[in-house]
This record gives sequence, structure tokens and C-alpha cells, in this order.
Amino acid sequence: MSSVFIWTVAVILGLGVLSAVLLYLLASKFKVEEDPRIDEIEKVMPGANCGGCGFAGCRAFAQACVTAGNLDGNFCPVGGNDTMAKVAAVLGIEAKVKAPQVAVVRCNGTCEARPKVNRYDGMASCRVQAMLYKGETGCPWGCLGCGDCVNACSFGAIQMNPATGLPEVDESKCTGCGACAKACPKGIIELRNKGPRGMRVYVDCVNKDKGGVARKACANACIGCSKCAKVCPHDAITVESNLAYIDYAKCKLCKKCVAECPTGAIHAVNFPVLPKKKEEE
Amino acid sequence: MLVSPSPHIHTDVTTRRLMRDVIIALVPATLVALLFYGWAEFFVLLVSIGSCVLLEWLITRFMFRKPSTIGDLSAVVTGLLLALNLPSSTPLWVVAIGAVVAIGVAKMSFGGLGQNVFNPAIVARVFLLISFPVYMTSWPLPDISSAWNFCVDAVTGPTLLGQLKEGGLTEGISLSGALFQGGSAGEISDLALIAGFIYLLVRRVIKPWITLSIWATVLLFALVAWLIAPDAYPQPLISLCTGGIMLGSIFMATDYVTSPMSNKGGIIFGIGIGLITMVIRYWGAYPEGVSFAILIMNAFVPLINKMCKSKKFGRA
Amino acid sequence: MRKLTFKMGGIHPADKKISSNSKIEILPLPEKVYVSMAQHLGAPATPVVAVGDTVKVGDVIAEPSGFVSAYVHSPVSGVVKAIAPRADIAGNLVPHIEIEVSGDEWREDIDLSTTLITDIPENPADIINKVKLAGVVGLGGATFPTHIKLSPPPGKKAECIILNGAECEPYLTSDNRIMIERSSEIIIGAALLSHAMGDCPVVIAIEENKNEAIMTMSSKLSSLQHTTSVCGKLSIKVLQKKYPQGGEKQLIDAVMGRQVPSGKIPIDVGAVVQNVGTALAVYEAVQKNRPLITNVMTVTGDCQLVQHNYQFRIGTPLSFIAEQAGGVPASAAKIISGGPMMGKAISNMEATTVKGTSSLLYLTEEQTKRRPGSACIRCGRCAGACPMGLEPYLLFKLAKVSDMEALESNAVQDCIECGCCLYSCPASVPLLDMIRPAKADVLRIIKTRK
Repeated sequence: MSSVFIWTVAVILGLGVLSAVLLYLLASKFKVEEDPRIDEIEKVMPGANCGGCGFAGCRAFAQACVTAGNLDGNFCPVGGNDTMAKVAAVLGIEAKVKAPQVAVVRCNGTCEARPKVNRYDGMASCRVQAMLYKGETGCPWGCLGCGDCVNACSFGAIQMNPATGLPEVDESKCTGCGACAKACPKGIIELRNKGPRGMRVYVDCVNKDKGGVARKACANACIGCSKCAKVCPHDAITVESNLAYIDYAKCKLCKKCVAECPTGAIHAVNFPVLPKKKEEE
Repeated sequence: MLVSPSPHIHTDVTTRRLMRDVIIALVPATLVALLFYGWAEFFVLLVSIGSCVLLEWLITRFMFRKPSTIGDLSAVVTGLLLALNLPSSTPLWVVAIGAVVAIGVAKMSFGGLGQNVFNPAIVARVFLLISFPVYMTSWPLPDISSAWNFCVDAVTGPTLLGQLKEGGLTEGISLSGALFQGGSAGEISDLALIAGFIYLLVRRVIKPWITLSIWATVLLFALVAWLIAPDAYPQPLISLCTGGIMLGSIFMATDYVTSPMSNKGGIIFGIGIGLITMVIRYWGAYPEGVSFAILIMNAFVPLINKMCKSKKFGRA
Repeated sequence: MRKLTFKMGGIHPADKKISSNSKIEILPLPEKVYVSMAQHLGAPATPVVAVGDTVKVGDVIAEPSGFVSAYVHSPVSGVVKAIAPRADIAGNLVPHIEIEVSGDEWREDIDLSTTLITDIPENPADIINKVKLAGVVGLGGATFPTHIKLSPPPGKKAECIILNGAECEPYLTSDNRIMIERSSEIIIGAALLSHAMGDCPVVIAIEENKNEAIMTMSSKLSSLQHTTSVCGKLSIKVLQKKYPQGGEKQLIDAVMGRQVPSGKIPIDVGAVVQNVGTALAVYEAVQKNRPLITNVMTVTGDCQLVQHNYQFRIGTPLSFIAEQAGGVPASAAKIISGGPMMGKAISNMEATTVKGTSSLLYLTEEQTKRRPGSACIRCGRCAGACPMGLEPYLLFKLAKVSDMEALESNAVQDCIECGCCLYSCPASVPLLDMIRPAKADVLRIIKTRK
């Protein structure tokens, strides 16, 4: 009986040793020489593999940074300046500071403002819908409401609001990776600078139709009246093909345009609530 | 007005209708089982179907937090098939465990209908066969006279295949005896099962290739064995008509989810099942091997699908 | 005679040809027409009239703007009111010429008589040139400019022209009606096409469910056989009823038993497919000098009270046609331009008819509403139904994860978007919805590679 026991142990042991030797030989034969800095950079990356930087994942980004030897054009929107500082430290260079960005949905065509004129009955995908036709409402520019942006977000930072039928960005979760902007077939979502304490002023519409047509399709549409551009003291607003656009680099957050807009298409967010308003509440 | 991409019309053959047709096809076999095993079988059916449906409802509702999928009737089919795969004398708590294994382990843990690799009813049957061999191999003899009488305990006896395995009785098995046999509840009457097969074919629910290739393989295998040693092995037709071949080949192997997509793949799948079944029967430890054969071949389905690519239009 | 059909896949939806016995009526003129500049495959035409110009029926109002493009003629007489973008049936803005109708004065050289002219021009180039000047495009659905199809690239030769009278889409009957009412003209048109392509044989392929059309075409063909030598090259073949028989590749397979290789076009196997409607337009263009300004469409649906087949002028607003046919039925839930399998759902009834318009089809909510999709049960019906031998369930899965390489190796670019997969799916998985954009992506990738 004991011989069986010994044989069993011997065979198993032998197999183990053989495999170990084989593995060692194979590993050394197929070893790939890699810059150790790639591993180091990968360690300081957020590890979400979201693709927001334009590379397939965090490791691909690390490889690109090491190969290039500089950070020109390479930026991790998720980790932001902190991460980039660490990456720069690994490479032994100085990081350029970039203003943090956030995704902004530029459509305010809520269910009430923009009544539906037909019912979409295909697959719940904005892309499929956009390939087929101009959407359920009279506005051919606005949000289709199928939530391709929601599915594209790796951080759960964008959700559909059933009351308005529009996606809403949770700024605390949004990393500015831009996946939603790429997914939106209508090009409604834009990455804008977060602004001081998150304060931003932007035109909440992308409708380039003439004023009357736009207004008929949606009560909240930008009608291209140029009032905002005239009132803006900083030259931050341009009106092109019936649509106003606020350059966030020039905007000084004076909010004069917000008051001037006849359709309420210009939105100011994250401004401190005025004391007067507080009393009303 | 509605707007959608084309096509704008759709077939009226829905998942639900397909499942309903499978249930209808199982009605003859179920009726025969009820007739011969009476109340005992009635409760097995009730517990099996009931717990399968209830479990699927609970899992979709509270674990997946999605709308329930019991409306597609696939849980009913699983429950029905499970019941017909068990002896009528199976204790009801064992049946309930089978339902948990079928729906909970074999189906829903993979993500529900369409995602499972193995046929849920067969997984459950094999699980029970290994876990509770005593319950699973005491086959009550079909008996009309005592079936609906509560006071009489059913007489149990071995199945034909069991007898063959024990080495006795190679003579004296007639074909009529094989067509009408004891065993799992659904296996009594091959004719009832074949009636269901014809119904499924007429309604175009399944294609015949898997079933026919299983039959052909079994027949051929048995024929060769019988020609070599007529004393040791039963006649080919008896091989085909005994045990779970009919139930397995018509209703279990043809399950959409766990069988290959193409006709060619189906034939390979069927041949595999036939071969494994016969190998287990003649040389394995168990008298019957259909369930094992189907399970083993289920595992090969992704490979077969990859192998049997359809020929594409205008491509060499 | 053995009825022909294609070999792979296909489905058998109820054919619902409820309007097949309604004679072609001439639709009254609307007050205004809006003529689209993008009525054909290829580059939109360039307007050559100005606001305020007076035009007659048949005057050229727009010229081709590229190699693949076509002339557009005024369908009415009147004054050009505007040249401006206007929404098509899907709401996309396309330049349109708006013409206010006054009277019905035709260009002088257009022959409006009904006499059948059987003499065929000697020079094939004359035929092709007249077809080009008349703005004839394929009326089978793709609206590809016909003169290009008639001039195969050097080295390629047509061995057989197939005249497509399959009309395999349910409900549609306009081809059926013209084959019954304009059979002689179609046959002469076919002879013209044959002569233009070097006197190659023509097979007129008709599905078995159009018995009257088959009978009429056969008898007219035998009576016209003597008139010109070219008519001797014509024959009629009966096809089984199966969708998508009218698909170019399927029809060539059915009639000639040849498969057009992936990525190639019919002429590569010696085939040219033309619709029967196109043959009629070619006849009108060559023999009567009449450009393509009218076409025949079906107004139908189970909820439509009276079934109509109308001869309409291009540019007529759809709402006007619906009104003429008794208004949009109350129970209609979807209006489709084209057949129920490949037609487009209309979201804008103010859009106007184009050269290729073939129907206004009303479907009720019950007939057309999609069932909520459930999980794929891997039944393989989509693969069995696919006439291209693809595996739609697999393409769907690959499209979901955007695996472009696998999509290409599984031939997503061969998809003809016939809809058989989505039609036959018992779980209502939106197969084609997902495959269509994936195909577009893969085609783009293939193009950039070249």
C-alpha cells in the first residue's frame, strides 16, 4: 500500500517540477522587454479604461506617453491635473495645467416645450433613430431621447430624466471624458470648461433653423435673434446660422445675456442663489 | 403616427407561441402519464411546473429587477419536461429541488432564456439522478387500475433497460412491450411522443434533422452490435424505442437554446448524442445515457456553431 | 412550366395584393408642386430655372451635377415660385423647386397620343442619350440613373437583361397594374433596353400571384413578336411567390442561376436588372419624347376604404394624394412609402412624391406595432430566412460590441437590408435596426482602406 502512496507523491511532484521548469523556460523565451515607466504610469492612472483620452485604455495611454516622451496632446480627462502631474513626475517633465471640463447637454426641448408629432417605434437607440429620420418632435436638431449617451458613460454620470425626456449630467461624477459627446448622433453634448466653482453660462440649444421655424418646433429654442450678442460686453457670443454660441474662454459670467434671451435658451448654472430669491423660498 | 425602420410587418410566430406549441405537443405524453400513474403523477406535474414558474418569477422580479419573463411560457415547458423526466413516485420535495436546479442553476444563473448552455430540465434530471439515485431509479409500473386510487401503493419494478443491464431478458422483449414501457413518466408511450413530434414538424416549430440523426445513429449502432452478438444486445428497434430516446430526441435535444443553429450542425449534434447514448448504455455504469449524452453535446454547441458556418451568397 | 425562385432563405408574408384589381386613375393636378432635387441615387441635381420663370410640362428644370445624377423636368406648367430647402418624408431638408400650377401645357415635342410606336432607333447610343435626357431612373426602389446602367464599363458585356416584374413586397400593385394596362409599351420598352445593350436577350420575370399580368404580357408579347426583330429576344418567366425575389441578386439567382459575388455588381455576371416601370419610362422617353414626370403608385392598406392605383405627377404633396383617396384612415397608425418590408415610414405628409414613389400604405397599430423585444432564443430562424446566407443573430451580437473585424469577416457588408431577419424573429430582437448602422460602419472602413 505504501508503495502506491510513494508513487502517487512522486508522480505528482515530478509533474509539478516539470511544469515549473517548462513555465520558466517559456516565460524567459517569450519575455517582452518593456519600459518600466509604462507600469509606473499605469499605476497612477484612474484605471477606468474609458477611452476618454483617445486611447484604447489606461495602459495604451501610458505606452503613448512613454513613447512620445512628452505629454503634448495626451491628457487624461478622468484623472485631471492631479493624475497628469503624477504622470509628468514619472516621465520627469513638467505637466501643463488644463482647465477641468464637464459634459454639457445643449438641448432644453422638454416634453412640454417640444411636443411630439409622431411616435418612434424602432430600437431604442439614438443612432438608429437618427439614421432613419429627424425624430419624434418638430425639431430636427434636438435630443432624440433614446439615451445613447447614458449607455456610453462609464461613470454613471449621465441619466435620462423621465420628466423632461432629456439626459442630465451629474457634475460630481462627470469626468469630462467626452464619451457621451461622441455617442450623440446629433452633436448636442459639448465639453465645456467647468468654470470657477462650476459656474457656467451656455446656450441650451443647437437648432439652426430660422427663428420662426425653431420657435414653432420648440418653445425653448434659440431663435438666433442676436440680442444676447449685442448685450454681451465681452464679445463672447457669436450668432451663426440662426444659433448663438457662447465661447467659454471669453465669457466673464456677467449673465447679462441670460436676462436678455426672449426664449430662455441661455442657461446659467451653479451661480449662488441670490438672497432675494431665498426669501421667496 | 408611428415611425420605425423597416420592416413594418412581423411574423405572428412569437416565442410564446413556439413554447405553447411545445406544450401542446407534450399533451399526449402527459395525458398517457396521468392515465397510468394517476394522482402521483398529477402532483409531480403540479409541483414541477408550479415551482419552475414561481422561481422564474421571483428571480426576474427580485434578483434581476426586470419585468417578469414567465409570460413566454418557457418556464412552463421546463417544468413540464422535468416532470416527464422523473418517475411518478419521486417525492415532491425532490421534484421541487429539481425545479430549483433547472430554473435557478441551469437557466437563470446564466442570464435567463437564451443564455443557458445546458438544457435546464436535463441538468435537473441528472442532478437528481446523481443526488437521489434511489428515488430516481425505482420505477413504478404503469397500471391503470390502481393509478387513481390513493390507498394502493404503486408496484415498482426495473425498466427494460435496467433488466438488460442486469444481463437478463434479452429474449422476451417484444417491440410492443418496448413501445409501451415503464420508466420516467413521459416515457410510457412512444406513440404519444411521436404524435407530438409530428405536431411540432407540422407547425414548423422544430426541424427534423436533430431527432432523425439521433434515431439513425442509435439504430445503426444497435444494428451493428446486434449483428455481431445477437445474444448480448437487443434488437435495434427495441433499442430505439426503449428508455429516454424518444423523449430526449424529440423534446430535449431540439431545445433551441442548447442546440446548434444550422441543419448541418444539428446532424452532427444528433450523431454525437446517439453515439454517446449507446456507449453509455452498452458499456457505461448507467442503464440509460440519453441525458448525459445531451448534456455532453450541449457543451459542444458553440464549437459546432463555429464549425458549421452557413454558406454565404456569392462567396466561395 | 417550372416556376423559378432563388435558393437561399426568403420568407412568405401574406401577399395582401388587395388593390390589384383597381384600374390606374389619373390623379388631378394639385395647386402647387414641390420637385425634389434628390430623386435619384447620387448627387442632387442643380436647378437651371430661376424664381419667376414660366415652365411647361416636360421642361428641364434641373441638370445632373455629377456622373451619377439625373435630369429633372417640370411635371406641370406654371410659374417657379421658390427654390428652397424642404423636408422630405423623413424630415431631412432637400432643395426643392416650388411651381405654382396653371393650366396643363406640355412641351411641344412630346407625343401625347396613345399610338404604339414599334420602330426602334437604329443606333443604341441614341436610345441611351434619350433615356439620359429624359431623366429616367430605376423605378424598382433604388432610383439609380438608368443611362449609366445601360452603359456598362468597358470589358463587361450584358448577356441577359432581367425585367423585374416580381413585385414581391406585399400590398404593392403598381407594377402589376402597368403590366396589365401598359403591357405593349413595356414590351417595346424592353426591346429598346435590349437594343441599347447590344441586342441581348430579355427575360421578363413575374411572380405567380400576378396571373392577369402574366396572361396579358404573354399574349401581347406573342402578338408583337413579328413587329420588330428585337422582340424575338424577349421571353416571360414565372417565378414562385417568395420575398425578396425582387432583390437584384435574388432575381439573378432565380432567373439565371448565377450568384453575384460579394462586393460585385450584376454586370460582373453578365446580368442587368431593370424594373418593368423603368421599361415603360424608357418607352415613353425614346418613342414619345416624354421625360419621367409621372409614375404609378398604389394607395392601399386594410384600413383604406377604397384601394387606388394612381398615375401621379412627381412633386405632388403626399397629403394631397391622401386627400384624393379619401383621407388618411382613422385607424391607420403608420403611413409607409413603399412596401411593408423595405418601405420608409413617413413622418412628414407635407413631403412630395418623387420619381421612385411607389405607394402610400396605411397599416394599423395592430399590424405594425413592434412587440417589445425579448431575449434571443437562438432558434436560428433569422439565419434560415436570410437570403444572403448571413447569421443575423451573430451580427447583432457583434454590432452591440462594435467588433468591426468580426462583423466584416461575417459579411455584414453583404446585407441587403431586406428585413427578413427582423420579420421572422419570434423574440422581436431588433436585428436589422442594429445591423444597418454596423453595415454602414464596415462599408466606411472598407472604403477608407482602398
